[in-house]
Amino acid sequence: MTMPPKIASLRPFDPLAVRADFEILSREVYGKPLVYLDNAASAQKPDIVLDAMRDFATSEYANVHRGVHFLSGKATDRYEAARESVRKFLHAASADEIVFTKGGTEAMNLVSYSYLSPRIQPGDEIVLTTMEHHSNIVPWHFLRERQGAVLKWVDVADDGSLSADAVDAAIGPKTKLVALTHMSNVLGTVTPLKEIIARAHAKGVPVMVDGCQGAVHSQVDVQDLDVDFYALTGHKLYGPTGIGALYAKRAHLKAMRPFNGGGEMIREVTREAISYADPPARFEAGTPPIIEAVGLGVALDYLSGFDRAAISAHEHDLLDYATAAIEDLNWVRIIGRAPGKGAILSFEAEGMHAHDLATILDREGVAVRAGHHCAQVLMERFDVASTTRASFALYNTRDEVDQFVSALHKARKILG
Amino acid sequence: MDENLRELYQDVILDHSRHPRHFGKLEAANHSGEGHNPLCGDRVKVYLAVNGEDRIADVSFEGKGCAISQASASLMTDMIKGRTVAEAEKLMDGFLHLVKGEDATEIAPDDREHLDVMAGVSAFPMRVKCATLAWHTMKSALESGPSAKTE
Repeated sequence: MTMPPKIASLRPFDPLAVRADFEILSREVYGKPLVYLDNAASAQKPDIVLDAMRDFATSEYANVHRGVHFLSGKATDRYEAARESVRKFLHAASADEIVFTKGGTEAMNLVSYSYLSPRIQPGDEIVLTTMEHHSNIVPWHFLRERQGAVLKWVDVADDGSLSADAVDAAIGPKTKLVALTHMSNVLGTVTPLKEIIARAHAKGVPVMVDGCQGAVHSQVDVQDLDVDFYALTGHKLYGPTGIGALYAKRAHLKAMRPFNGGGEMIREVTREAISYADPPARFEAGTPPIIEAVGLGVALDYLSGFDRAAISAHEHDLLDYATAAIEDLNWVRIIGRAPGKGAILSFEAEGMHAHDLATILDREGVAVRAGHHCAQVLMERFDVASTTRASFALYNTRDEVDQFVSALHKARKILG
Repeated sequence: MDENLRELYQDVILDHSRHPRHFGKLEAANHSGEGHNPLCGDRVKVYLAVNGEDRIADVSFEGKGCAISQASASLMTDMIKGRTVAEAEKLMDGFLHLVKGEDATEIAPDDREHLDVMAGVSAFPMRVKCATLAWHTMKSALESGPSAKTE
C-alpha cells in the first residue's frame, strides 16, 4: 500500500496566538509587563522546545552513536533527526553537510581553523566587512597574528548598506576567503549575498556567511545561494543555548582537517597512527550537546511550521512602526537605514548614554541591548562608543513598540 | 517614577555628569591611569599630581561614559583633592562598599554626606562597574605611576 504524499500544512501566523507559545512572555519585571526587545542577543524559547527537551531526557536519552542498547539507538535517531531538521531549514542537499557546533562562534572558528588556516600563506587575504560581529572578525585576526594573513575591510555606506561592487573590488588574486554577515546585528543591513557569492566564485574565492541573524529573519536556501559555508546558532532561532551548526559544501568538509580530537571523530586509533571518520562526525569530537540538538530541531520545525514570509512581514511592520515613532525626534539618531534592512533598530539618543537609557527602559519592563554589540569596528566606523538596540521577534507586538517608545520619552524626561 | 530610578538619577548625579568637575588633562600630573569598561566601551583617564608629602595636590579626569561613571569620576575628584594617598585609598574602599550596598565603615560621617548620592547604585548591580571605574583607575594610577592601564 502506498502512503498518500504528506502535504505540509502551515500554521497561520498570528502574533498574539504565538505569544501563548512562550511562557516567559507572560511574566512581569518590576511589576510591569515584560517587553522583550533583545532578541538579536538571544531569543526566548517556546514551551514546545523546552518540553521536547525534557521529554527526550526523560524517555529516550542516552549517548549517541555508541551503545547498542535500546536508548542509545533512540537517542541517535533523535540526534540525527535534528540534523535533518537543520538540513531542511537551510535546504542543504545532504544532512552530511551539517556539522553540529556549540554555536555560531564555534562554527566560524571551525572554518578558520580547519578550512582556511592550512591554506594561508603570509600575505594572503581575507575579505570581510566593517559590520561584522566579533565572532566573524577574531578568528581571522588569529590567522593574521599567527600566519601573516591580511584582513581586507570592505566598508559599509553611511546608511549601513553594503554594495556587492565594493566587496567584489576588494577580492584580489591573494584573496582566500570572503567572510561576511547575512544580516548585521547592529544595523539590520541584509547583504546581497547571492550577487556577492556569484562574483566571488567568478574569481575562484569561497564565501563564508555568518547567518546568526540572517537565518532567523529570512528563509535560507544554501543551494540557491551556492554558499560555501553558512554558520548559525540555536539560541537566536528560538532554540536552546549550547548548540549551533555549520553548513559546508561536502567537498570542503572532506578536505578539512579536524578541529577537536577525541571520541566519535575517528575511524581508527592505534599507538602509531589515527584515521578520521567521515564528515560530519570528523568535526564532532566528544559527546555532543544531544538534548540541545533535539531542542534545536524542534525549534526549527516550529519556525518552519509558519509561513516565514508572514513572520517577516510582521517583523518589518514592527520595525517600520518603531522607526516612524522615533525618526522625527530631533534627539534621536538612528544608525542603519539600509533599504530592505531587517528588524533591528539601533540608535543614539542625545544627552543619554546607552547604559543610562537601557537602565531606565528596564525599569519600565522594556529589555533592550546597550553597548557595542560585539561590533567595535562598526562602532568606530560610525564614531559611537555604544548604541541602544531594539530587536524584534515574531512574538513582539505594536503595543510593545508603544511601551518602548513611551519609556524612551520617560528616559528623556529624566536624563535629557 | 520608580523610587530606585529617582535615587539613581537624582539631581546631584545629573549635575556632576553634565558639568563634571576637574575635567580635562592635568599637565602637572605625575601619575595617570586609563580605565576601560569592556561591557560598554567606556574609557576614563585619571591624572594625579602627588606632592612630596604623599598628598594629592591636584587631580583631574577625562573620558566619555554614562551618567553614573561620569558623576562618580567627578565626585571622586572633588573628594580626594587635598588628601593623602592613604586617605584616598581608604575612601575608595569605603566607596566600593557603599555602591555594593555593604557597610561602609571606612567613610567618615562628613564624607558620607557627600558620597551618599551614589548609594542608589546598589539597587542596580549591573551598574556598579560604571560607578567604580574611575576609582579603580585612580588606585591603579597611584600604584603604577604614569600610563597605568586598568581593565
